[in-house]
Amino acid sequence: MFTAPHVDWAHLAPVAIVLLAAVIGVLLEAFVPARVRRTVQLAFTLAALAGSLVAVAALWHGVRTSGGVKVLGGSLVVDGPTLVLQATILVLAIIAILVVADRTETGEDAFAPSAASVPGSDHEALARRLGLQQTEVYPLLLFATGGMLVFPATADLLTLFVALEVLSLPLYLLTGMARRRRLLSQEASMKYFLLGAFASALMLFGIALVYGYSSSLHYADIATKIGSPTDLDTLLLVGSVLILAGLLFKVGAVPFHAWTPDVYQGAPTPITGFMAACTKVAAFGALLRFVYTVIPGLKWDLDVVLWTVTIATMVVGTVIAMVQTDMKRVLAYSSVAHAGFILTGVVALDAQGVSSVLFYLFVYGLATIGAFGVVWLVRERDADGLVLGEATHLSQWAGIGRRHPWLAASFALFLLSFAGIPLTAGFIGKFGVFSAAADGGAWPLALVGVLASAGAAFFYVRIVVLMFFADVPEVEESGEPAASTASVSADDAVEPGTDVELATPQGAAVATLVEERPATTVTTVVRSEGLAAVAIGLCAVATVVLGVFPTPVLDLVQHMSTFLP
Amino acid sequence: MHTLMTWAASAPTMLPISEISSGAQPVRGGIYAVAPLLVGLPLASAAILLLAGRRSDRWGHWLGVLASTGAFVVGLLTFLAILGRDASERVLDVHLGTWIDAGAFHLDAGMRLDPLSLTFVLLVTFVGTLIHVYSVAYMDHDRDRRRFFAYLNLFVAAMLVLVLADSYLLLFVGWEGVGLASYLLIGFWNHRTPYAVAAKKAFVANRIGDIGLVVALGLMFSTFGGVDFSTVLGADMSGVSTATLTGIGLMLLLAACGKSAQFPLQSWLGDAMAGPTPVSALIHAATMVTAGVYLIVRSSAIFDAAPTAQLVVVVVGAITLLFGAIVGCAKDDIKKALAASTMSQIGYMVLAAGLGPVGYAFAIFHLVTHGFFKAGMFLGAGSVMHGMDDQVDMRRFGGLARYMKITYLTFMAGWLAILGIPPFSGYWSKDKIIEAAFIPTDGHTWRAWVFGMVALLGAGITAFYMSRLFFMTFEGEKRWSTKADGSAQHPHESPALMTWPMIILAVGSVALGAFLGLGNRFVDWLAPVTGSHEEGDPVLAAPVLVGLTLLVVVVGAVIAWRRYAISTVPVTPPVGTALTRAARVDLYQDVVNDALLVEPGQHLTRTLVYADKAVVDGAAVGVGQSSVGLGRLLRKTQTGFVRSYAATMLLGLVVLVVAVLVTQS
Repeated sequence: MFTAPHVDWAHLAPVAIVLLAAVIGVLLEAFVPARVRRTVQLAFTLAALAGSLVAVAALWHGVRTSGGVKVLGGSLVVDGPTLVLQATILVLAIIAILVVADRTETGEDAFAPSAASVPGSDHEALARRLGLQQTEVYPLLLFATGGMLVFPATADLLTLFVALEVLSLPLYLLTGMARRRRLLSQEASMKYFLLGAFASALMLFGIALVYGYSSSLHYADIATKIGSPTDLDTLLLVGSVLILAGLLFKVGAVPFHAWTPDVYQGAPTPITGFMAACTKVAAFGALLRFVYTVIPGLKWDLDVVLWTVTIATMVVGTVIAMVQTDMKRVLAYSSVAHAGFILTGVVALDAQGVSSVLFYLFVYGLATIGAFGVVWLVRERDADGLVLGEATHLSQWAGIGRRHPWLAASFALFLLSFAGIPLTAGFIGKFGVFSAAADGGAWPLALVGVLASAGAAFFYVRIVVLMFFADVPEVEESGEPAASTASVSADDAVEPGTDVELATPQGAAVATLVEERPATTVTTVVRSEGLAAVAIGLCAVATVVLGVFPTPVLDLVQHMSTFLP
Repeated sequence: MHTLMTWAASAPTMLPISEISSGAQPVRGGIYAVAPLLVGLPLASAAILLLAGRRSDRWGHWLGVLASTGAFVVGLLTFLAILGRDASERVLDVHLGTWIDAGAFHLDAGMRLDPLSLTFVLLVTFVGTLIHVYSVAYMDHDRDRRRFFAYLNLFVAAMLVLVLADSYLLLFVGWEGVGLASYLLIGFWNHRTPYAVAAKKAFVANRIGDIGLVVALGLMFSTFGGVDFSTVLGADMSGVSTATLTGIGLMLLLAACGKSAQFPLQSWLGDAMAGPTPVSALIHAATMVTAGVYLIVRSSAIFDAAPTAQLVVVVVGAITLLFGAIVGCAKDDIKKALAASTMSQIGYMVLAAGLGPVGYAFAIFHLVTHGFFKAGMFLGAGSVMHGMDDQVDMRRFGGLARYMKITYLTFMAGWLAILGIPPFSGYWSKDKIIEAAFIPTDGHTWRAWVFGMVALLGAGITAFYMSRLFFMTFEGEKRWSTKADGSAQHPHESPALMTWPMIILAVGSVALGAFLGLGNRFVDWLAPVTGSHEEGDPVLAAPVLVGLTLLVVVVGAVIAWRRYAISTVPVTPPVGTALTRAARVDLYQDVVNDALLVEPGQHLTRTLVYADKAVVDGAAVGVGQSSVGLGRLLRKTQTGFVRSYAATMLLGLVVLVVAVLVTQS
């Protein structure tokens, strides 16, 4: 007989607020007049996220003393790591949405006026002329955030799968909504969807196998069952590897990383920032819980998987990032490399590993959102002075530091934090995960990690050098643009032969179809409306403060890093 | 050690090694409360100069000088306060607060004030301040002078963090800061490509060194459970396996090699001359390159327990010493010749540091005297360039003694000091190192002979190339006529702001060695850190060694005199012997680096680039070409590549599953 589970609304509040707000957000789309819709949606979204954050804060003390509770019949766990991860996701989401909402001085946001229109069609032109705005992005972001809040809290495999889909589907959509280079964007969306579906299928298959082994979907039951030997070990092992594969896909670990560069590049830049930061936090949260509460009994068998993936991720991410020439792809591969660094902390399998991973995720998220925020503001301007899309080719960033020292300095700061240079938060994060790994006996991983970081520092610093030191012809930003600056001589940045897309003369194709890049463009920095500037500033300040005085946050995380079994 | 020097009276207060306390005494209040200003003043000044921007152009450089002077005054007061304490109570720790508290890992931030760190503080701030003053005039015409001073301040602040840190992690912060500041300064005139390349080279070599330090940090943490000096250096080394200690020692040595330009990471130093000359003076004399020596001496407890690592240190020092000296003989660029000499002199210090307790104090002693005479000579070289329209080719100098008297005399003081002519500074420190190298360690007489002879030979070569440099620049007939633009060359003396720092440094080059060396003042002062102990006897009697050294030096100098002062020096370099040609290109170090490191790396990246382009970037290329046809694009990207991504995933998964099943226990 079916008995309705007892619903502990108080502990569900952070999730419930966001998902409810998402549903209301859809209704707002229908009933609020177009003129004020964006303002209302933005305010409502931020309020919902802030409310959810307050709910997390309200639960904090209770969970810290009790150690956590299971809700919804054991399907969700609200314990220390859950709350830390939810708080991290919410804070990062709020900052990321500030970037999403910024229309810059051009008055155009990052999204196609009508995402359903065929690129290059009359419909698109009309929507553009009417100045339509796709404000559905806000409810979509809320749905995705809601899924992310559930993901690390799940304590049974089915909820895990549902949360995965709830967080992924809106992201597939958002990826395809870019205002410029729409084909690239739609293609990225399609790829993300297909590969995501593939990964989900693998995971479902794994869930089925594990269920076949243990006849339960609950983490606690499976963990108990693993303790007692049976002759179905193969079923369990293969099933666990498949589930891990699904989770590793989401964090972007090798060999499940192939989607990352394409999706990061194709998605609207502010969405990339949101996705790169928040998805990674949620996915690592789920991965941590799975590794720490379900399969510790299989440590000896599964270490080979985790070690192989970790090393491959760090090495592949770092090495390929070195030869990229597109800023968004550099950041994408760097995010792959960072997934590897974070995995070293996951493999450590002790309390220090958990807290260091949680800290790392937060600081990585901050730097990521900030970095993509800056990318969003660095644009191309054509011969008529019209502002186009993001100037993502590395050569276009040459000399930006001279003209826009503050923006470039904050970008440099984010890169240095990625590189793990002392006095940035990234250093403390890296130090934490590596020493956790070394402590847990995984010192080879820590060693590879250190070597990979050293290599990674090379391309981060190369960009810093490019921004501040590279030779660049004097370009009058407001005056008439100098010719052929697209082929800026930045011998430092452009490896011969790896160049992917230098300026192609505009063909007969419609503007939005392809590269909107005429032969001569100059790089310009558009003024933010204020929101993105605030977001970048927040990220920069936090990156420095957490680098110099990490103790309060480390302390906070420290006491909340025990999983409820 | 019975040397000619011990005739000076005052029996040193000997501390047995066992009494050296690695556990520092905590102090607070009084003068120690303002000690953080040592770092704070230059750091604040750097921040102000960078943030205020062009608004501070008019007064910015004076703020920089003021901050550096302030740091020196604070350092001096701290020094006097510590001097007032008993020798056994001179190792102090100023606690600044909890830095990181993450479960098993707890680390406080604090400052270690002891004779070793204060020696560095005084050297860095004093020589640094003089270089600041000099730069006010030297950089007068540069529109970015304010930014230059901000970087100089940053450099000084980072170096002070490095030497004042009370843990390896905080030291690492300073270590990176020094790297960053040097990178900014070497590339200061980055509008010319070779300069940017030089900055990059320095950066890469330093990163390789940094890996060593990071790995050492990890090893220390897993071995001792902490990375602060008290925990690591105060630990009972007998309980730790020698292999681990050797590993830590070698990693620290790697770090030191990167920072101090020791073999095999020496190649960046010569190229780093691209920066403005005061930067070279700062890097070579007071900061940066001395950091490696500091690291080794600071970690003496580890090296003492790891004889193999110690031997490697000595070998590295010996190789670099000869390497730098040989390269120095062939360079015609005055700054590059001086750079080679720095490399060689730091080689002496590293060699001394590797000799163990016998050499620590002498390594630091030589570091201090070298700091004075090398800074003086670099500033002198800058003054020559200033008067000669930025000419650096010594074959275009000659006979300048008449035109720039002060530069000539101050440079001469530095020259005599580096040669080790008594009673100039270098004699007191370098001779001690040579003598220490001749003392057998652990009864290995052959080692004493090998390293002693290398050190002795190095002294002779040093005498030759430094005299060559000196004679080619100041003596002989004049070989300059016109400037680059064709107008007549008028060598002139530099303004007072530049000459006074040179004069002060020259006084140091003349007298500092005797002041510190007489009565073993300096060795005793360092004793609470380095310890003092019974030393063995050198394989040759000390007076014989002193005589031999002087003889070798005089021979080297006389050869140089005959070839470069009284005979005509060709303006275009002659072809030269095979050795000369090799030395001109730094003994092929770039070729070797390319063959061993760069090319395999490039092949690896090329392969990966190909894979990346074929598999991953295909889509992007497709988009770029899509003006040709939308249909083909869609077909190409959407079916082809997603399939290959999925295939990658599947293949990877299969590999992982198979791996699990195969290794299943």
